[in-house]
Amino acid sequence: MSTSISKEQSADGQRPVHTPTGLIAFAWTLVGVPLAYGLYQTVKTALTLFTG
Amino acid sequence: MALPGFLRRERIVARPGFNRWLIPPAALAVHLCIGQAYATSVYKNALVDHFAVSQTAIGIVFSIAIVMLGLSAALFGTWVDRNGPRAAMFTSACFWVSGFLVGGLGIETGQLWLLYLGYGVLGGIGLGIGYISPVSTLIKWFPDRPGLATGMAIMGFGGGALIASPLSRQLMSWYDPSYDGTAGTVPNGEAVAALFFTFAALYLVFMMFGAFIVRVPAEGWKPDGFDPSTVKQKALVTTESVSARNAVKTPQFWLLWTVLFCNVTAGIGILEQASPMIQDFFRDGDTSTVAATAAAGFVGVLSLFNMAGRFVWSSTSDYIGRKPIYMVYLGVGLVLYIALATIGSSATWLFVLLAAVIISFYGGGFATIPAYLRDLFGTYQVGAIHGRLLTAWAAAGVAGPLIVNSVLDTQGEPGSLVAANYRPALFIMVGLLAVGFVANLLVRPVDSKWHEPHRDASGAATPTPERSAVR
Repeated sequence: MSTSISKEQSADGQRPVHTPTGLIAFAWTLVGVPLAYGLYQTVKTALTLFTG
Repeated sequence: MALPGFLRRERIVARPGFNRWLIPPAALAVHLCIGQAYATSVYKNALVDHFAVSQTAIGIVFSIAIVMLGLSAALFGTWVDRNGPRAAMFTSACFWVSGFLVGGLGIETGQLWLLYLGYGVLGGIGLGIGYISPVSTLIKWFPDRPGLATGMAIMGFGGGALIASPLSRQLMSWYDPSYDGTAGTVPNGEAVAALFFTFAALYLVFMMFGAFIVRVPAEGWKPDGFDPSTVKQKALVTTESVSARNAVKTPQFWLLWTVLFCNVTAGIGILEQASPMIQDFFRDGDTSTVAATAAAGFVGVLSLFNMAGRFVWSSTSDYIGRKPIYMVYLGVGLVLYIALATIGSSATWLFVLLAAVIISFYGGGFATIPAYLRDLFGTYQVGAIHGRLLTAWAAAGVAGPLIVNSVLDTQGEPGSLVAANYRPALFIMVGLLAVGFVANLLVRPVDSKWHEPHRDASGAATPTPERSAVR
């Protein structure tokens, strides 16, 4: 989803910025990788309920 | 005390064009770290052996941390709202990391009081400030989907335990080769101390990353296509503002406090005893048809549903409303609890299904409460109000285990209990859920006398007629 600025903000004269897509991807990867690791390990443990 | 310039709120106001999707990972970077608090059972037995004390003496460390969480969230909530998320995340990181360092030193030197002071007190303060630090910022960045936004962050708290449990086992098996992470083996104290120091370093990096990428939206910012006037049209949703000081004087605050307390206490009723509970429900004589490894799997299933419930149910509340979703958590939860107590022992799959859905409601209750507060009190000091409400969590953290353990103590010795022995405790939880359900039903919009005055173009306040009488 894109975001925008209100007309009031545009009138402030502040120079708009562009958030680099690479930074967003990096930030999500940084939190996503440990979370995926935790999910994988927990699913592996949870499976023992049905297999063990 | 004045804050250093780089931490001040005015330094992190987003410029036009900033992408709000950088904020959820900033929030997750903090919540994934502090969620470690729910993974302390991994090294609990190691600490019991190391300090040669009772389970209770070590269990107190977690209790102190949860009580400090509630107290610090309540005491520092207004400070967090005033100074912004960067200052809050930075401060939280300092306390959380110091907690691990001091606690690790306590383990290394055999000083249990240092563990209480470090992980319990310092870490608990870090937990409280960290838990509320991104909430009001997320609500302001996602006025169109507040449930989704807070669900993402608070899901991270559940996710933190999923990461810390296996990571702790892995790290401790490296630090103590005689420990292989399986049931029956316990790492030595030095391995746990080394784990604490490792976590201190890892969490410092992660939390500081969150603190330095977080931004607050500029005054008047709104997302594309979002019309704030549509928010007002929904029942129980206000566009007015209520201060934290006034919020605690309203019946709505205490009704939500009751709702959260009942929902959390009921959830803890299962979480506290998950592993022995499933074995006892399917016990035949001295043996259970559910093996210890399968019971550990059950704990894993509950963790997954706890985390998923935070995101799924909180996001759903954006569509069906906050009051209806709590009617589901408490009303359907109540029915499921009765089913668990009466027919839960008829089949393992049924027991697991019932418990998993109940725990998803427990997680959902945590994640949806900030959005409910936003609806009733506005965004003005929602972080501070949320902080005060979290005292319900601290109270439930003490009441839940106390109810379950004291009831089970009257029923027999651990290892000999069966499903029927759990019924009194489960029916107490049913009663609590009924109380919470009624409290939620009683929630009405906040009286206008508690609303903050609107300011005209000159900045002068225009109080509502009743307002002067209550301030």
